[in-house]
Order: sequence, then structure tokens, then C-alpha cells
Amino acid sequence: MNFLSLFVLIPLLMLLSLWLVKGTKGIRAVMVVGSSALLALSIYLTFAFLAERAAGNTAEMLYTASFTWFEPLHISYSVGVDGISVAMLLLSGVIVFTGTFVSWDMCKEYFLWFTLLSMGVFGFFISIDLFMMFMFYEIALIPMYLLIGVWGSGHKEYSAMKLTLMLMGASAFLMLGIFGIFYGAGGQTFNLLDIASHTGGATLIEFSQQCIWFPFVFVGFGVLGAMFPFHTWSPDGHASAPTAVSMLHAGVLMKLGGYGCFRVAIYLLPDAANELSWIFLILTGTGVVYGALSACVQTDLKYLNAYSSVSHCGMVLFAILMLTSTASTGAILQMLSHGLMTALFFAVIGMIYHRAHTRDIRELNGLMRIIPFLSVGFAIAGLANLGLPGLSGFVAEMTIFVGAFQNADLFHRVLTIAACTSIVVAAVYILRMVGKILYGTNVNPDHAKLHDAHWEERLAIIVLIACIAGIGLAPSWLSNMIDASVSPVMEQIQAVASTVSKSNPFL
Amino acid sequence: MNFTYTIFILLLPFFSFLILGLAGKWLSHRTAGIFGTLVLGVVTVLSYFTAFEYFTADRVDGVFQTLVPYNFVWLPFFDGGLHFDLGIMLDPITVMMLIVISTVSLMVHIYSFGYMHGERGFQRYYAYLSLFTMSMLGLVMATNIFQMYMFWELVGVCSYLLIGFYYTQAPAVAASKKAFIVTRFADLGFLIGILFYGYYTGSFSFDFTNTAVYLNGAMPGVGADFSKAIAGAGFILPTALFLMFVGGAGKSAMFPLHIWLPDAMEGPTPVSALIHAATMVVAGVFQVARMFPLWIQYAPETLHIVAWIGAFTAFYAAAVACAQSDIKRVLAFSTISQIAFMMVALGVCLPEGGYTDNHASLGYMASMYHLFTHAMFKATLFLCAGCIIHAVHSNEMEFMGGMRKYMPITHITFLIACLAISGIPPFSGFFSKDEILVAAFHYSSAMGWIMTGIAAMTAFYMFRLYYGIFWGTENVEYHEHHTPHESPAVMTIPLILLTVITVTVGWILPGSFGSFVSATGEAYHIHLDWSVAGTSIVIAVIAIALATYIYSGVRQPIAEKMKATFPALHKWAYHRFYLDEVYQFVTHRIVFGIFSRSFAWFDRHVVDGFFNFLAWGTNAASYSIRTLQSGRVQQYAFVFLLGVLVLILMLII
Repeated sequence: MNFLSLFVLIPLLMLLSLWLVKGTKGIRAVMVVGSSALLALSIYLTFAFLAERAAGNTAEMLYTASFTWFEPLHISYSVGVDGISVAMLLLSGVIVFTGTFVSWDMCKEYFLWFTLLSMGVFGFFISIDLFMMFMFYEIALIPMYLLIGVWGSGHKEYSAMKLTLMLMGASAFLMLGIFGIFYGAGGQTFNLLDIASHTGGATLIEFSQQCIWFPFVFVGFGVLGAMFPFHTWSPDGHASAPTAVSMLHAGVLMKLGGYGCFRVAIYLLPDAANELSWIFLILTGTGVVYGALSACVQTDLKYLNAYSSVSHCGMVLFAILMLTSTASTGAILQMLSHGLMTALFFAVIGMIYHRAHTRDIRELNGLMRIIPFLSVGFAIAGLANLGLPGLSGFVAEMTIFVGAFQNADLFHRVLTIAACTSIVVAAVYILRMVGKILYGTNVNPDHAKLHDAHWEERLAIIVLIACIAGIGLAPSWLSNMIDASVSPVMEQIQAVASTVSKSNPFL
Repeated sequence: MNFTYTIFILLLPFFSFLILGLAGKWLSHRTAGIFGTLVLGVVTVLSYFTAFEYFTADRVDGVFQTLVPYNFVWLPFFDGGLHFDLGIMLDPITVMMLIVISTVSLMVHIYSFGYMHGERGFQRYYAYLSLFTMSMLGLVMATNIFQMYMFWELVGVCSYLLIGFYYTQAPAVAASKKAFIVTRFADLGFLIGILFYGYYTGSFSFDFTNTAVYLNGAMPGVGADFSKAIAGAGFILPTALFLMFVGGAGKSAMFPLHIWLPDAMEGPTPVSALIHAATMVVAGVFQVARMFPLWIQYAPETLHIVAWIGAFTAFYAAAVACAQSDIKRVLAFSTISQIAFMMVALGVCLPEGGYTDNHASLGYMASMYHLFTHAMFKATLFLCAGCIIHAVHSNEMEFMGGMRKYMPITHITFLIACLAISGIPPFSGFFSKDEILVAAFHYSSAMGWIMTGIAAMTAFYMFRLYYGIFWGTENVEYHEHHTPHESPAVMTIPLILLTVITVTVGWILPGSFGSFVSATGEAYHIHLDWSVAGTSIVIAVIAIALATYIYSGVRQPIAEKMKATFPALHKWAYHRFYLDEVYQFVTHRIVFGIFSRSFAWFDRHVVDGFFNFLAWGTNAASYSIRTLQSGRVQQYAFVFLLGVLVLILMLII
């Protein structure tokens, strides 16, 4: 029995126990024990993985295991992790753990869906079989509909439907892309590693085939990664979702997109990536600037953060498409960093909303004096968002920019510099928001006596801040771990990098 | 020589920040203040000890060695041999900056104990001061340009937090936001400059010995890349340096990026003294000085731009300073003008006989010297202004006048600092400013005379300020109601100490400052050029006399008449030539009003509209074809018959 499967088994056990237990205390006990176990497992995995690597194990994926699931279609349950998945699992562990504490007062059914969603996410990150990956991806999507539609706020039915339809539409593309890859590689295996290394019956996918399926896969995953212009589900979805769901969604689910783009689109279709990246670079580069500028005029805190996420997640895909080792490492770091800081942001926004019953920037004032703990958490989330050194955003952004600068042609330079401007715009929208809601004096009598964070809220906020500062202060172990796993993908790219994209009119 | 203890110069203030920041809530004001000040005292002792050890160490080939006690890869990059290091580097200008930062910061810590007495958020204030000191020290001790950028951003954020210290007041919040965003905008240039620089030279390090090697295409380990080399040496490096200078211009408030500094005066006055007069705002000058070997070797033409931007800024700020009525704003514009002097001094170093030429050394040395002396006397001026504001509870000159009776210590220290900034011997400002003027005259006589003229303006507006506060028309009514008094000893002692430095440093150091700090590292012997010095003294004295004539009396008919004669000029200068309004218009109306708003609209209506349209379209299509599934048997039978009929027809034909 491979211990990676625990990441799926624990949520399954949690589901079972949740179904059996009665009363708030029981539910909380199950959730706290389960999410702590997941967090502990992901931390253990990180240490074990690093120890393995330090001991000289250079296999691309560690802890691999494979069981045939459906022989006629060559579908198997295959798991394995590399540095990137370990980082993502760690992120998911932290977000699920803190999300549990943030949704402290929720009911049983909510937690059932919440746990199912977590299971999908964890399963996705440990899978190395394309079909399993797709399946877990779908598992993670469906609960979102109910979580937003039932426990959300505002136009929740509309938002939930929109989010689900857009992501389902994307997964249709994705399914086509995955089948394209499967048959393009000979139709013998769904295993990622086999397809990439042309072993286990897989053959090289022809260039013309790659160029057909690359857009399918990239768009399919890109929609989940809020790629412009398919990002519009994100502001509405985030705004309507309950707090912990926003956290999980922006913190982890959107990362499925970036991870998939890198792991499937770039890794398995390197020629096409080299050939067609320019189209998506323009889209994501636009998204980075466009999201940031749109965020400047939002008045709802959640919308503001959602547009800021469009900008930051756009940066992830943008960096992946730069096809350099540094930029890709930066993209993964950005996923981690964005996951943590946006989760913190949504958590604090949710807590403020819960107390003040409004998220309108114009109606909130002088919160620093009233709820200092939440306000400081909010300010730290803001500073991380605008890339303050010492917090995680800075590390990720600098890695991306240095990596993107390795492409010396004018096309990449212009886009990179355009993307750099987003850090200035980020300062504008963050400081505008912080200045309006935290500073000044409160004039609304309803807000004069709000109570500050409870212990469970404090715990969640402190854990997230500690992670953000931890990455921001000591990034090199993480960066090295990720880069070691980026290099197999880069080798695929290196093999074709000498060919200049013929379709790019800007080169 | 072992300098490993220098790590504590960075770590101690950082821990002080952590402790005060996290546990400050449970500490009393007194404990927090004493703790912060004591930690900084230790840092100051360490800094002075470092300076002593460093400057007494043996020179190698007549040059102080550059030491790197610590350097490690903080964040690896995986392409192009690049990595982001953190470390400590000691060279003459770093060590000089250690002295400046720790001295002024310690004085400000002590002073704030009195100034901020009883303020809400006292612990937070000291925590920010510690963080700022740590960041500023990290900035000057950086071993590479990226580390400098990192701490550069950190000092920016400390500045933001401290300007907005009184966060319940709208002007403070607005000013802090403005300061951060304007400098962030400039830092974009800095960042892009760094990226270009790193890509083409294969390193972020301040150890420039490899730069030439790399640019010649033979970097060991990285491999020769001739296309990079040619581009790097020819066009890219000057561009990269200029972009970095843009970042420096933002921090050092060079025109047209100066607009944040006057507003930054909304912060507590000791903060203005520390951050916005003595340390952070000279970071831009320090950055150019740090990259100086590259400037002089690869981008001498671009240095002209630096010189002229500096000269224009100096003039503009001096002109505006003559018309301000808020004493801190006068000092802020005076700071802008003085920093511009330092920039000019760096800009006028042009190699005619090569980089080792003495005259290149002169400007560099003068700039650093002025940085040093300016930090001391400008901090004095700001701290004096703090005492005055503390006494009259206003920044406006109309509430002052005749203050010399009430505040003798402040009066004397302020006067000495004014004489120093005006360039009157034997005070420190005279010596450093004189070197700048000599360097400017070497560059061209036009530049020399312009800078002399601006020096005269400096003397004029400083004495206008001096008379406006301590002599001139006293606001008797207000003072009777609210008698001003001298500040407590905890505030006056730092003033006196800083004044002592201002008085003595000039004639103790004049010959020897150049032997510590110079462009090439070799001792540079300063000798006063009396033709230049004489002129500048005469002009300064005339300017002071003029200010005395106009502003010292109880009634000031000439000043009134000047205002009345040139109302437009006065109004424009008072409103800083309306530059802020122009910026306001461009950012709010155009960037946010037009771009952001239309993007947001486009997103909601066009992009989102398209997806809503898709959904609506699907829905509508479904509705329109749903009559096909009506459930009525007759209709199905009819369609069935119709189908059969069509089939039969097809078979027949």
C-alpha cells in the first residue's frame, strides 16, 4: 500500500465519519482531526521527499505506484510525486486546515461537500495517470456548485451556475485534449511519465497532432487558472462563495489550472508549446495587466481580490509559457504564494463581512481601531499581494521576472515589461483599499463595536501568515526542490527550443 | 581582520522589530522606548567600532579593501548563472553610511522618546523605527544590486507605514499612499534596469571585476555569448544604469518624481528627520555612487543627464522653498534641493584622463561628503522644527515669530544648522558644498555658476525660514494664549549632539574625508579652492543679508510688496507650479478614470456579456426546439406520417 493514497483515504474516512457523527462537536472533531492529519501528512511527505532527494534518489517521481483499474482502456490508478506536487500538496494541506477553522460554525452537509472537494484536490495532485487526474478534477468541481449555490451570498445561484458551466465547458475541452494525447501517443497508456518518455507503449506525438491538442489542453486547464478572457467566472464565483470556499477555490482549485497546464500541456506537448506559446502569452500577458487595472476601480472587497487573483494567476500561466527553467520555477512559487496570500485575504474579508455585513469599500472605515487583529492580518495580506520583500509574493515575482528575461527577443521583452507594470498597479489597488477601510475614522455607528477575531479565526490567520513569511524569508529550499522537478519538463523543451516559432508574427 | 560581528548590525534591529511588533501590546511605552533605543545604541556602538576597525586597517595598494564577511545564495535562479544573494559588504561608502544611519537613527530614537510621549501606538512607532533602521542598514551593506532592491522596497514600506503613522487623519493616509506609489512607480524602472543588467552581465554582484570579463565574452562557467556582450557593452548597459537611476530618482525625489516628499511631511517630525532628510532619501545618491565604476566606464554620456536633472531639481526645489509657509515643507524642498546637489556632484564626474583622474574623484568624494554633512545638519533642522511644532502645535509660520525668547537651545542649534547649509565656514556644509562647486566648475563654468546661484538661493530661503520662526512678526495673541516653552532635555540633547558634529566635522575632517572615501579608493587630498570658496561665501553672505533685510523686522514691508508685485509668481511657487495637480489629473482622470473604468466595464459587459449571451443563446435555442417534444400523440403521428411520406417519395424517385 502506497502511502500517497492516504491523501485520498483520509478524506474518504472523514466523509464516512461525518456521515455517522451527530452534533456540532462531533463534526468539528472529525474535521479538525482529519484536516490536521492531512496537514501532518503533507508536512511529513515534504520532509520525506527532501530526505530522499538528499540521499541521492533522482527519479523523476518518487513513491510511485500503479494499479490497473480498467484494462481495456488502459486506465490505471497511478500515483507519484515530484517537487511540484509536494509543494502543491503542502499548500492544499495548509488551506484545508485553515479553511476548516474559518468555517467553524457551518453545518454537516457543508463539511461533507468541503471534504469531497478536498479529496478531489489531493487526488489530482498525486495522480500521474491522465484519466485519474481528469476524474479527480471533476470531483473537485462538482461540490463547488453546491457549496456556492447553497451556502453562498448575493447572486449565489447565478454565480454557482456560471462557475460550474464555464468550468464544465473547459473540462469538455480538456477531455478532448486528453484523449487526443492518449491516441496521439499510440493509445496504449494514460501514464504521464510513459507518454513523456515514450515508454510503456507510448510513442512520440506528431508535431501536427500536438498543435491540435495543445490549445485544447491549455485552454481546458487555463480556464480554471483564470486565463483571460475565460476568467469571468472567477469574480462572481468568489464574491458569492462562503469564506472557506473562496479560500479553497482561489487557494487551491485555481492552482489545478496552472499545475495542469505545466504538467500536461507543456510537458507532454513540448513542440506545440514552443510553437504556439505566443498566442497564450499575449492572452495571459493581457490578463495580468487587465486584471490589475480592473481591480483598481472595484468597490466590493471580494471582487477586488478576485480581479487581483486574475492578475496574479495570469502571471502563473504567463511564466509557464516563458518556457525557461527559472520562470517555471517562479510560476510554481507564485502558485504557492498566491494560494496562501489570497486565502488569507479571502479569510479576512469573510470575517470582516461576517461582522460588518458589508463588503463595500465605501461603507467601511477606520477598522484598524475597531478590530485591530483582523486589520493587521488584512494589511499583511495586502503587503504580500503587492510583493513586499520578506513575504512570499516578492520571491515568486522576482523569480518569474528574472526567468522571463531570459528570452531576449523583443516580443518577450515587451510582454515581460508590461507584466512588470502590474506590480505598480498592485500597489495602487492594495493601498487604496487598505487606506479606505482600515485607516481613517469609523463613522458608521453599526460598526463601532465589532468584536475582534475568535481563537479559531486567529489560528487560521496566524498559520497563513507564518507560511507566507516563511516562504518569503527562506525560499531557497523550496525553490531548489521545485526546480529539480521542473528540469525534466525543461529538457523536453530544450530539445525543441532551437526551432523558432513559425506562426508567431512578432518574431 | 574579522568583521563577522557586523551581522549583528542587521540582526539586532530586526529582532527589536519582531519583539516590539509582536509583544509591543503588552509592554509599557517606557519599556518599549527604552528597549528600542538601547538596541539601537548597541548597533551604533557596533557601527562605530566597525568604522574604526575598517579605517585603521592596512590599505592594499593604497586602497581600502572591499570586505565581504557574509554572502550566501538566498534565492537561486536557474538560468544564466544568476542568483539572488544576501550578504554584507564593507567598503568606504558603506562604512560611512553605517555611521550616518546609526547616528541619526539613535538621535531620533532618543528624541522621539520626548516627541512621541503619550502618543497612541508608541510601541508600534518604535517597532517601525527598528524595521526601518534594519532595512536601511541592509540597503547600504548589500553585496549585490538585487539585495539593494529588496531592502530598497523595505525602506519604502517603512516610509509608508511611518508617514501614515497617524492613520486616522486623512492627509497622512493620502500622503503615505502617494509616497509609496510614486516611489513604486520609479522602482519599476529600477527593477527593469536590474533585469537588463543581470541578463547582460551574468551577475547582480557589486563586484564589477567580472563585468568587463563577461562583456568581453569570456565569463568562465557561463560561456562566451558574443551577441549579449556586444549589446551589453554598447547600448544596454547605459540604458540599464539609467533605468536604475530612475529608481534612485524616485527615492531621492528628483524632478519630476519629487512630488511625494513634501507630502511625506505628514508623518511625525522625527521620522521626517530620519527617513525624509538624512537616510532613505539619499538612497538614490548612494545607488549611483555604488554603481559608479560602471557609470564612469560604460555610460559617461548618460551621466550628463544625471547632472542636468540634478541641477534642474536643485533650482526648482530652491525656488519653491522660497514661497512655502509650512516650516516642514520648506525643509522638505530644501532637502530635495540638497540631494540634487549630491546628484550633480556625481553627474559632473566625467573622465577625461580616464576613470582614475583626480577630477572624477572630486565629484564623487564631494557628493559623499555632502551626503554625510547634510544628514547631520538637516536632521538637526528637522528635529528643531519638531521642537518648535511641539511648542506651538502648528507647522505654519504665521503661528511663530519671535520664538528665540522661548526656545534658546533650539534657536542656537537651528541657527548653526542654517549657517552650515548656507555654506558659511567653519561649519561642515561649507566644506562639502565647496567641493561640489569646485567639481561643477571643472565640468563647465555654466554648471558652476548655476550651482553657485542655487547655493545663494539656499542661504536666502533658509534664513527666510529662520527669521520667520525666531524673529519677524510674533503671533503675540496666540503665544499669550499658549506660551511656547523649550523642549525637555531628551529632545534637546540630540539636537546639541548633532550640532556638535555639524560644527566640528568640517574643520576636523576637511583634509581627511577624501582619504577615507573617494571614487578610486585611493586617498584623495582635499584642498580648498579659495577662488570658488571665496565667491560662494560672498554670495551666501549677500543672500543672508538680503534675507535679514527683508524678513528680520517685526514688520516686513518688502516681503509684502514682493508678494503684491508678483502675485502670480508667488502663487505658482506656493502651489509648487501645480505639478501635483498635473499628476493627479493623469493618474486619476486618465489612468483610472479612463483605462481602469473602461476595462472594468469591458469585462462586465463585453467579456462576461459574451458568456452570458452563450448561456442565453443555449437557453433560447432549447426553448425554441422544445415544442418538438410536446408529448401530444397526434403531433408525433403527424410527423411520423410526414417522415414516411418523404421516405416513400424518395424511394419512388
